[in-house]
Amino acid sequence: MLKIENLTVAIGDKQVLRNINLEIAPGETHVLFGPNGTGKSTLLGTIMGFERYKVVSGKIYFKGKNITDLPCFERAKLGIGVMIQRPPTIRGLSLRKMVELCGAKAEQVDKLAKTMEMQNFLDRSVNEGFSGGELKRAELLQLMAQNPEMLLLDEPESGVDIENIALVGHVAKQIIQGQGHSALIITHLGHILNYVPATHAHILYNGEITCQQDAPMEVLKCIEQSGYSACVAGKCVVDKCASCNNKLCGR
Amino acid sequence: MDKKILDRIAQVGYEEKEKRSASFVQSNDGVVESTVQKEQPLVLMSTGAAAKKYPELVKKYWWQAVKPDTDEFTQATAGATEEHGYFVHVKKGKKINFPVQACIFLSQTGSSQKVHNVVIVEDGAELNVISGCASEGEIKDAEHLGISEMYIGKNAKLSFTMIHAWTKGVKVRPRTTVIVDEGGTYISNYINMEGAEDIQMNPLTRLAGEGAVCRLNSVLVVPKGCNMDVGGKVFLEVPDTKAEIVARTICLGGQAINRGTLVGKAKGVKAHLECHGLMLSEDGYISAIPQLDAITNDAQMSHEAAVGRIAPEEIEYLMARGLNEEEATATIVRGFLNVNIEGLPEQLAEKIKNTIDKFSYEKAL
Repeated sequence: MLKIENLTVAIGDKQVLRNINLEIAPGETHVLFGPNGTGKSTLLGTIMGFERYKVVSGKIYFKGKNITDLPCFERAKLGIGVMIQRPPTIRGLSLRKMVELCGAKAEQVDKLAKTMEMQNFLDRSVNEGFSGGELKRAELLQLMAQNPEMLLLDEPESGVDIENIALVGHVAKQIIQGQGHSALIITHLGHILNYVPATHAHILYNGEITCQQDAPMEVLKCIEQSGYSACVAGKCVVDKCASCNNKLCGR
Repeated sequence: MDKKILDRIAQVGYEEKEKRSASFVQSNDGVVESTVQKEQPLVLMSTGAAAKKYPELVKKYWWQAVKPDTDEFTQATAGATEEHGYFVHVKKGKKINFPVQACIFLSQTGSSQKVHNVVIVEDGAELNVISGCASEGEIKDAEHLGISEMYIGKNAKLSFTMIHAWTKGVKVRPRTTVIVDEGGTYISNYINMEGAEDIQMNPLTRLAGEGAVCRLNSVLVVPKGCNMDVGGKVFLEVPDTKAEIVARTICLGGQAINRGTLVGKAKGVKAHLECHGLMLSEDGYISAIPQLDAITNDAQMSHEAAVGRIAPEEIEYLMARGLNEEEATATIVRGFLNVNIEGLPEQLAEKIKNTIDKFSYEKAL
């Protein structure tokens, strides 16, 4: 579904990602762990095609097509959808209209909004004065309308209370469970993984992917107990860590 | 009526008179239309005719809200030998269902069009006025001085929508004061999407009775070669009055000054001012000047002003949902201009929406 080859990305003059290789098959949900400022959001933004992330070298393929130079909206049309961390406010554009722009028919909007408990926000400007949980719910509402085959979630649980995490988690799962749909999720605490069963995990550390595993919960446990640097250096202190298990994380 | 005039004033909201409760059109200094639909409980005529017919009203209302010596433009208009402009009077408790339309048209080079409008909405009455002002053709050295005095009685309501479409060579100096009595409501919408070479206005609303409320909306587009100094001022003179000013200005290369002034003179007043400008051109400027004056310790007054270009992250956000760059830009511009304009008949609201849509797409391309 998504294949990234030797991707190096810069913001301005600063290289942020180096030689990233990542492959997500249809039906897989991957998790991206890593400390703050290590380039996780940059990776998601680069996959989406945001202009401020410059691809220095490498290629991104989606459904077999080289999308490295495609503008953002064409990637959206091909089936990639993103929930960014801090979506901007669009004054004067109602959430209702936004959901329609995302592909929902006018008569579907109320029903979708009900699922997301956002009925009372439909006639407000997009994201204007929304709380943390409301922002995430509004994002997912738009993504439900968009129904992307490849869902990119950047910290879906940040700023969200426990009840809302459950709601966000269930709906994210619903989108991902579409036929052959895949996802790439950035999470720090892993709460979302209680709702969305992930199949693979990666640790992004200093702009490089340093650990790739097929046991996300184990990797999370490893990070929780040993810290990122120990984990990526293969110095996990967890006794019989299933993630490292003396096979050593890292390449 | 001349088709040329009709076509032009149609752009500032004029409709067939059957769709309005009353219609008034003045071209240069001549009245070309003045009709009140049958059984509509209101009076509409030229201010000059009204002055002759109702001397008792002249004493009570003429040049009371706007003092003749305010500035050179009020002096010139007050001193004119003939009185032009429109007079609308709705008596106590009468609610006018359909809007009154009043248009002032200017086409003479070198002329000074002096207009004195008087609008009286008595206690408990309701009125909706659509006032369009337009000029046309190659005009040089013309000026339009428009003095408007409006009186809103106790628990009365006036919605006043002013649409301007001025061409080059016209200097425009409206001078307006609105006095709102106890429990009264004044809603003003000012729409100018064609720009004006030289316009300066800062209408005053006086909330003079307890519980009086006003909301002033404006949508301004300032093309290259235009110099527009447009504002709104509200005096909250007595307790429990409320005011809101919402201004949107789009700069396309001209010079725009957007003023908003709220003066809280009594206890328990509430007021908010929102003044946003969008630069869609490399040239030109927008100067947003919000001002709040509070004279009591419990006035609740606030403002927000923001001027800038469209944020790239907003465009990107919409593009990530599948809109191309032009569509995203147009959507943001349209949203920016989408102020909650109240009291418009459906047709006019639709028309303004279409103008905004067309404008948004043109500017995005």
